Amino acid sequence: MTHIVCVKQVPDPETKVKINPDTNTLVREGVPSILNPFDQFALEECIRVKNKIGGKITAVSMGPLQARTTLLKCLALGADEAVLLSDNLFAGSDTFTTSYILSVAIKKIKDFDIVFCGQQAIDGDTGQVGPELAHHLGISQVTYVEEIISIDERKSVVKSISDEGYKIVEAKLPVLLAMFPPSSFKPSNPPLRNILQAKQKKFINWDAKKLGIDETRCGLAGSPTRVIRIYPPPLKKKGIIFKEEPEVACKKVVEELLGKGVLK
Amino acid sequence: MIEITSDCTGCGRCVKWCPFGAIEVVEGKAQIQVNCTLCGSCVQACELGAIKMKKEPLKPKDLSEYKDVWVFVERKDRGIREVTFELLGKARELAQKLGEKTCAVLLGENVEPFCKELAAYGADKIYLAEHPHLHEYNTDVYTSIIGGLISKYKPSIVLYPATKTGRDLAPRLAALLETGLTADCTGLDIKDRQLLQSRPAFGGNIMADILCPARRPQMATVRPNVMKKTSPDHERKPVVINIPVQPKLEGIRAVVKESLRTLKEEEKSIEEANIIVSGGRGIGSKDNFQLVENLAKVVGGAVGASRAAVELGWKPKSCQVGQSGKTVSPELYIAIGISGAIQHLVGMRESKIIVAINKDPEAPIFNVADYGIVGDLHKVVPMLIEEFQKVKNRK
Repeated sequence: MTHIVCVKQVPDPETKVKINPDTNTLVREGVPSILNPFDQFALEECIRVKNKIGGKITAVSMGPLQARTTLLKCLALGADEAVLLSDNLFAGSDTFTTSYILSVAIKKIKDFDIVFCGQQAIDGDTGQVGPELAHHLGISQVTYVEEIISIDERKSVVKSISDEGYKIVEAKLPVLLAMFPPSSFKPSNPPLRNILQAKQKKFINWDAKKLGIDETRCGLAGSPTRVIRIYPPPLKKKGIIFKEEPEVACKKVVEELLGKGVLK
Repeated sequence: MIEITSDCTGCGRCVKWCPFGAIEVVEGKAQIQVNCTLCGSCVQACELGAIKMKKEPLKPKDLSEYKDVWVFVERKDRGIREVTFELLGKARELAQKLGEKTCAVLLGENVEPFCKELAAYGADKIYLAEHPHLHEYNTDVYTSIIGGLISKYKPSIVLYPATKTGRDLAPRLAALLETGLTADCTGLDIKDRQLLQSRPAFGGNIMADILCPARRPQMATVRPNVMKKTSPDHERKPVVINIPVQPKLEGIRAVVKESLRTLKEEEKSIEEANIIVSGGRGIGSKDNFQLVENLAKVVGGAVGASRAAVELGWKPKSCQVGQSGKTVSPELYIAIGISGAIQHLVGMRESKIIVAINKDPEAPIFNVADYGIVGDLHKVVPMLIEEFQKVKNRK
């Protein structure tokens, strides 16, 4: 059995995103990249599952060739093999197209039982690729999964976060689990020894041709949505910071809030 | 078009799956009946791959066939979630610009009494599907039924709340219907008869305007508290369209075994609260958190917490604001003893008014604050409580 983990390389959130004013596109050069922390949690949970029920872990990522470093990190963390889906034809894919391309690759890997992914990526924050991928694969999904309670060859029991608390969900395999890390989760870096070993593991590169994918369904051409403009958010008026006597400050703030009609 | 190939053995699995009761096995072979809505659940059900759905290629559809603005109604224990009314208000505005109708899609058990309220907040028409099996949200069941309704009635726009449920359902439907979906829109408007969707990305560092030019319906999710609900008109009478459904649970692949509430009955989830008072590491201890709760009580707000405060066990995870918690956009957000790490800012910077209290004048939280008070929170917060109390007493 193969457990699939879908990962994304994302810009480091500690760095401020810049827009090129001439082209209206994101400046990606010089911005350090990291493995999406939600995906790292998914991978670490997948490793736990593998330790319990066996199987092989394949990490899959769609992205530019530089995303190789992210997949190498996955291998160092414990994935058994990596698949990088990279092609100019994939550029400009929205969530619909991204999930479709991933599904074609995963179907090619075959014999999968669980597909793990992060609930969302910290750059786009849509949380859409997981459920869309589950549909394209024709399997069920559980989103906002914080913990895998039990798992065997046939079914999984997971704890998923709901708006009011938690749900315990039982899902037959194959299933896609969109993982949401608990507050205590801190993405760690693998030890150097594992990083060196990672380079010995199987690394597969697939482009559109190798995937045998319908090119009209890839990238911008296949994407239903179009970003027509990106722009900096409207500048927020600089706030009023009171550094004087707190009594005065509190009075003023409450007055201001009353004036804005916030307090009823 | 659903096609049954010669591989069909008449096993009947698809019959169990079809939520519309639109398949029969005749002479050892599945047969699609006229009430099929093209929801596609049988395609997924068939283990032999003997059911195929012929899909048109991804090319511009005849867009003129698509009319009306729909809102998916999210329920909670007793009643309708507020965000539904906010979406109806927005949907009505969009529908008026298009000269189309505002419709609500309501699934559940004994939920017909809610139709009046939905009409009051803007729905002209309500598609109502009632069945005991629809009481609890289930991805497979809800996707089949709503997907079927959309295929049949062809709305031009469908809006979903960006709640846990909406974010589970909407992308599944987008993939099924092969259409676009834009998450967490903060602005929705009509441009050249298309839905112009605006959303923040990269933790609010940039905004993007998005269209879905060639596919229908155009779909978007919107977080609670982003749109304004309109004042209800209780005279408005809705047209209710009853949709007969027979969802079967045999085919369901993922089942909720148990729901645990960590939120008290009367508490609002912080995503839905108009006012949030949040505490961070600076609060100092679990006991000191009482200060935050007292302030929340006076202003009628919900209690939030930073990741640090949750990790220290001062508040449950359901209160956590930020990247690994919840994203909120209340009218008023009061941050106490929260320094404002980027992971926290991402979760609250869309709040309308932000008040920050921190002893460190250099704390990044002051960069996003509309009002900041530099000082010892143990002195400042009681003073604030007193001031708010005075205002309350005046009324």
